[in-house]
Amino acid sequence: MDASTRTRSNSNKPKYSRFTQQELPAWKPILTPKWVITSFVIIAILFTPTGLLCLWASEHVVEIIDRYDDDCLPDSYSTNPDLYIQSRSTNKTCVRTLKVPRKMTAPIFIYYQLDNFYQNHRRYVKSRSDKQLRDPDEADETEDCKPQDHLSGNDDEPIVPCGLVAWSLFNDTYKFFKGNKAIDIDKKNIAWESDKKYKFGSNVYPKNFQKGGLIGGGELDDTKPLSEQEDLIVWMKTAALPSFRKLYGKINTNLEANETITVVIQNNYNTYEFGGEKKVALSTANWIGGKNDFLGISFLATGGVCFFVAVSFILLYVLKPRPLGDPTHLSWNRNQAAQ
Amino acid sequence: MTQLPVALLCSYSWTWSWGSVQWPRQRQDFCRVIFFSGSATFTTRIRPMARTISGLACPALSIPYTGAGLWSPKPNTPTVGFNQNMANLTPTGQPPNTGAAQSFGSVMVIPEMKMGKDRRKKMHLSKMYSIRRSGFEEDHSQIGGPGFSRVVYCNETGGLEANKFQNYADNYVRLTKYTPVTFLPKSLFEQFRRVANFYFLVTGILAFTPLAPYSAVSAILPLVVVIGATMVKEGIEDWQRQQQDHEVNNRKVKVHRGGGVFETSQWKKLKVGDIVKVEKDEFFPADLLLLSSSYDDAICYVETMNLDGETNLKLKQSLDVTSSINEDSKFSNFKATIRCEDPNASLYTFVGTMNFQDQRYALSPQQLLLRDSKLRNTDYIYGTVIFTGHDTKVIQNSTDPPSKRSRIERRMDNIIYFLFFILFLMAFFGSIYFGIVTKDDLDGDRMKRWYLRPDDSDIFFDPKRAPMAGVYHFLTAVMLYSYLIPISLYVSIEVVKVLQTIFINKDVHMYDEESDKPAHARTSNLTEELGQIDTILSDKTGTLTCNSMEFIKCSVAGTAYGRRVTEVERAMAKRIKGEDHFDENDIDSYSHPSVKGYKFEDERITHGRWVNEPHSDVIQKFFRLLAICHTAIPDVDEETGKVTYEAESPDESSFVIAATELGFEFYKRTQTSVSFMEFDPKSKKHVERSYELLNILEFNSTRKRMSVIVRDGEGKLLLLCKGADSVMFERLSKKGRQFEEKTRDHVHEYADAGLRTLILAYRELNEEEYEEFNEKFTEAKNAVSADRDDMISEVTDEIEKDLILLGATAIEDKLQKGVPETIDKLAQAGIKIWVLTGDKMETAINIGFACSLLRQGMKQIVITLESPEIVAAEKAGDKNNIAKVSKNSVQKQISAGKAQINASKSEAYALIIDGKSLAYALNDDTKNEFLELAVGCASVICCRSSPKQKALVTRLVKEGTGKTTLAIGDGANDVGMLQEADIGIGISGVEGMQAVMSSDIAIAQFRFLERLLLVHGHWSYRRISSMITYFFYKNIVFGTTVFLYEAHASFSGQPAYNDWYLSLYNVFFTSLPVIALGVFDQDVSARLCLKFPFLYQEGVQNTLFRWRRIFSWMLNGLFSGIIIFFLCMNSLNPESYDKNGKTAGMEIMGATMYSCVVWVVNCQMALAVSYFTLIQHIFIWGGILLWYLFLLAYGALPASVSTTAYKVFTETLAPAPSYWLVTLFVVIASLIPYFCFKAVQMRFFPGYHGIVQWVRHEGQGNDPEYDINMVRQRSIRTTTIGLTARSIARDHSFDPHLER
Repeated sequence: MDASTRTRSNSNKPKYSRFTQQELPAWKPILTPKWVITSFVIIAILFTPTGLLCLWASEHVVEIIDRYDDDCLPDSYSTNPDLYIQSRSTNKTCVRTLKVPRKMTAPIFIYYQLDNFYQNHRRYVKSRSDKQLRDPDEADETEDCKPQDHLSGNDDEPIVPCGLVAWSLFNDTYKFFKGNKAIDIDKKNIAWESDKKYKFGSNVYPKNFQKGGLIGGGELDDTKPLSEQEDLIVWMKTAALPSFRKLYGKINTNLEANETITVVIQNNYNTYEFGGEKKVALSTANWIGGKNDFLGISFLATGGVCFFVAVSFILLYVLKPRPLGDPTHLSWNRNQAAQ
Repeated sequence: MTQLPVALLCSYSWTWSWGSVQWPRQRQDFCRVIFFSGSATFTTRIRPMARTISGLACPALSIPYTGAGLWSPKPNTPTVGFNQNMANLTPTGQPPNTGAAQSFGSVMVIPEMKMGKDRRKKMHLSKMYSIRRSGFEEDHSQIGGPGFSRVVYCNETGGLEANKFQNYADNYVRLTKYTPVTFLPKSLFEQFRRVANFYFLVTGILAFTPLAPYSAVSAILPLVVVIGATMVKEGIEDWQRQQQDHEVNNRKVKVHRGGGVFETSQWKKLKVGDIVKVEKDEFFPADLLLLSSSYDDAICYVETMNLDGETNLKLKQSLDVTSSINEDSKFSNFKATIRCEDPNASLYTFVGTMNFQDQRYALSPQQLLLRDSKLRNTDYIYGTVIFTGHDTKVIQNSTDPPSKRSRIERRMDNIIYFLFFILFLMAFFGSIYFGIVTKDDLDGDRMKRWYLRPDDSDIFFDPKRAPMAGVYHFLTAVMLYSYLIPISLYVSIEVVKVLQTIFINKDVHMYDEESDKPAHARTSNLTEELGQIDTILSDKTGTLTCNSMEFIKCSVAGTAYGRRVTEVERAMAKRIKGEDHFDENDIDSYSHPSVKGYKFEDERITHGRWVNEPHSDVIQKFFRLLAICHTAIPDVDEETGKVTYEAESPDESSFVIAATELGFEFYKRTQTSVSFMEFDPKSKKHVERSYELLNILEFNSTRKRMSVIVRDGEGKLLLLCKGADSVMFERLSKKGRQFEEKTRDHVHEYADAGLRTLILAYRELNEEEYEEFNEKFTEAKNAVSADRDDMISEVTDEIEKDLILLGATAIEDKLQKGVPETIDKLAQAGIKIWVLTGDKMETAINIGFACSLLRQGMKQIVITLESPEIVAAEKAGDKNNIAKVSKNSVQKQISAGKAQINASKSEAYALIIDGKSLAYALNDDTKNEFLELAVGCASVICCRSSPKQKALVTRLVKEGTGKTTLAIGDGANDVGMLQEADIGIGISGVEGMQAVMSSDIAIAQFRFLERLLLVHGHWSYRRISSMITYFFYKNIVFGTTVFLYEAHASFSGQPAYNDWYLSLYNVFFTSLPVIALGVFDQDVSARLCLKFPFLYQEGVQNTLFRWRRIFSWMLNGLFSGIIIFFLCMNSLNPESYDKNGKTAGMEIMGATMYSCVVWVVNCQMALAVSYFTLIQHIFIWGGILLWYLFLLAYGALPASVSTTAYKVFTETLAPAPSYWLVTLFVVIASLIPYFCFKAVQMRFFPGYHGIVQWVRHEGQGNDPEYDINMVRQRSIRTTTIGLTARSIARDHSFDPHLER
């Protein structure tokens, strides 16, 4: 090779490589009609059954929802719910009856649902001390918890668990009866394993909780470590949206279709002031989760749209064939034509 | 006196005064004294009696007269004299022979020559030039005053010298932006001058306050990464610049170290006052004052290409007094003091005086050698350093290269401002809503959202001070929505551009084998601008042409000779026939070893066969003229006998070479004669012919011709003349027009083939006529008045008439390789090309033809100030009047041109304007009209333009049209233009570095421009614009989800995402694919880019980065964000999301939504990319994978670190089928709109690249050639310049004549 022998050691000639010459092997797809139609057809084929599957799964979930906040408010207090809910002396017990529409197989999950409750408010979300929850020695870490950090300004008496989240713990209680027979509610394992194990200490006990001037929500058993206070753990896993459900417990027996169950509610939690709603929900769950037709319908709809688009494209391509790479679109050709 | 020759015929002595003769102070013991007397020359050797003779007056001296017997016309005795060594003899004594005394014309004293190699340096050449000496003028009175305070003590070597106290700058030249000390503060400052970076700095600082919606570390880290990366890049670039500085500063030069010893030293160590010795072809290390040179009369030739781009050599000459100090040893006792002006940027002025031997001498620019110019044709010079380093004129001239920003980046800034506006708007509305809601929380004592404890709140959420809370919230929101602004955009762009420049630098197709130089992008800022060039402003010499002239054709006695094909003809033939008809081998087969400057091939003339031609006498005269009529100097190699020539300009040397090659070998020039060897057809032998050289009538741009007057061997007086056709034909005598018509035709033909033509003619003079002329001519030459030049030209005008035409020469001003093809390609790409040259109009027009910028049949609009009325006004000399008349004339010509264009739009026009007119055309009141005219013309040539005018024209085009301009040039005279243009390209092929140093990209050859623009430029433009739009897209997707979530959290400022998800979004999960897009994406391959030049219009018309496209992408981002948010929310809330009955909290919702965002933006990328290399696959799918890996790793960290992400993936997301289903569904649903859009666009409204992609795609089908050719045919833009246009025009043309 003439060139190679001539190449001196100090030659500045760039070395050839496919990388530097930008000649890497590459796949250069373009959206040909075949590609487009195939893609849409595949999506349609993929989505339709998936949507049906989701719908079918969702159909198998049985769900009972009962809104009780208004109904549990005695008529005498209807103009002044605050007085009713804030008073310790009023009777908060409220009985609701629910009808099971279809057979519900265990486990049946009991949820409480709050609407218009901003658990995702920044002030609220921040108002907690994860350190304190984890570690008994960090009880004083109440920096973010104000105003629920110490007992009325006493720095030596930190509240455990501190902060607004814990303070506003949901405290309605539900009891379920089938006829007169109480249904057992399993309140174990309603929280995440990781929370119980790592985020809430097994040797951290509530202290000074709800002992301040203003009592927010539920109280805690001072003798049980936080890791066992699953209601608290569930509550403190803040919800994403102002309308949310949280797991209250599980019923481990089947409920038959058309059975009537009675729910005895202790209507303690104040949603009246901010115009929230309270619901109790019973639901089964399968692989897709709870009852949700949205996903299935969306899948079906999208699949349908794709099918429609695929057909439209086929029609377009058939009705408007045009020579590929037609240069009449070039602006100068257009201009010339215009002239 | 004792050395009286034996052959003494008569001996007598007399005395005379020497006039201005200076006694040569060489070591030689003998001097040769030459007496000139009419046609005879007498010479004698004498021993100088007094060696100290100097100055103006000399003592009387006796010289023995030896008579004619010692006249020695040995062929290799150089007896060319210097005029200051000559004097008219004025006999004061009475010589015995009165006849002899009367005929004595002059005497010349030159040192005795040593025969051999160094004899040439003793030659005295200054006679051929009319150097004007300077005396003390008014300027000199200012010396010592303000602005003229510099004092230089020459040759003060070692010890404590006066120069040291004066603290002049050292000779170290620093062109770097930073020093190690200033790097940190200065580069940080540069960084935070960018609004976006400053914004992130502010949010970073705010992140340390309780206002922050996220942790401070997570906010600062991306900023640190981004700024750090940019600073590293800056550092590396500056380090490279420092390396260049280092190379220059460490160049070697010989410096006097005392005692007549010169030592090699580095440039940077030079000090003011040092004596340096610069040898042939070396650059001057600083501004020097010329003291002496290897020539006796201390002249030297300087090439100032680096300073003004002019390739002809400049002559410099030292003061007489120092001219004899021309050997190392003579400097041991040299002392002088120079007082001169302070450092300034004016290249052509210099005022100073030198005190030497108690005398004061005036200094002028004639003695000043400027840094970065080069010593040529002179063995060595001695000089003293006057200005060093940053004081030198060339450095004073160089301004900091303006930091250029590309159009796209400027628009990008606007988009960022727009996003800022959106951001603040969002924050503002959020704050208002937040304020209202917060205020609403507390109604007297009644708390609405009691769980927020509005009664006992800090200022940020206090309902009692809701407006304040709103204001604070505004700051929080501004921080939170910062994800709309792509923080990593700038750094990603920088990274991409650096890689793009690496591709440019490494492109083997842009590597020049000859000069061993690859392309070199010096700044990485402008790569995408290369894809948007609308107008190219090109220098000519060294850029389009190699500045080497080759004698290729001639027309003698109406017959055209020369069979070689010019580059242009070949390029055209290739265009028409589609292949190279003139096979390279074909040419080589009948060419002998190539001679530089000579490419003539015609068996009718070569090898002495011209004698058989019909007009052999004319042919003989023709070549004799070529051998005589020039100012070249032969240099005979003693050993081989080969003659080389030193000529002022390459055309001259090519003439002499051609004459030599054809058997008229010019080998000797004395001060009075020109000798050449010639083949004599009668005797069939080579005979010597010697012509006595009487006068040289120099060339200048107004005369456009040069002549010599000689006396031939038979005593006949001849005037030989060569010149431009425009002046020569009118000077022919009636009898001399025998071949005129044919010659004219040939000249037109040559011009169309891109050749430079000269007309050769001669006349015989009679003695009386000559005597009369000589008298007038001498008088004019010796005149000191201002109109000396006019007088000379008037005198010469009279004698140069009634010529007899011999023929015409055609010289190929050799175009650089591939220039016509490149111009053709660029023209097809829709790029306009303007040529701005310092050359004269004829040359420029010739090159215009050669490059196909001009062609026959094109209407030329010539704007010039050489009309009679202007000339008349100039003669009158009233400056105001000249200006007024000129201005009017230019205006009139511009208007006329415009009218002409408007009258007929279908014709192709070319505008040619000269420098003088340009000066008026560029006035504020005419420039817009001028621009309109120029834009209406297919090609524009500005000749005789100064560097400043070049820059002004560039600015006019840039600002007037608002389009992107590219300037390309190779000389320092192009610097202004290069810096003014949007992009400056320096040609690095020739030695000059000045243009390269101020350019943005340096390439070795003009033809690389094609690849640089059509391939690299196109790709870069496409990549950068896609990248930026994509960047905005992905940030808007993300920002939309953040904002929508806000709206569902009563605008409290809580993000759905974990802090680290937020901060790593831009720098981690989505940045690599977009960098891959920016680096690797290709819409079509390089081959197709070049094949379909119309693709380039995408950049020129900015189709990929117009507002429509940008907003479409933003809308796409908005839709995607909305789709992602609502689908995620509705699919997962409020019911359980898995079979364990647990519901999705903020962690799960955030992680799911984030997964969707990462999937969507990466898949969107996959849809947008049209070139999938392995790297693309790795980055796109890797980006998604990375997110899951991150989620795993981050989730595995202790809960105190990972907070809400703790085990979120392993425990809850991964096992839940709904998570995967939602992801799949959301991703596809978000992409469908874009996919539909793209499918329709690709099929029914393809862009330029889409068309080519179709073509490529279809090319794999059955009939590739048909499709490709059809598209090519239809896609080729109808251009009016370039080879294609020329070949088309030629087919249609009926009138072969040039229309003027």
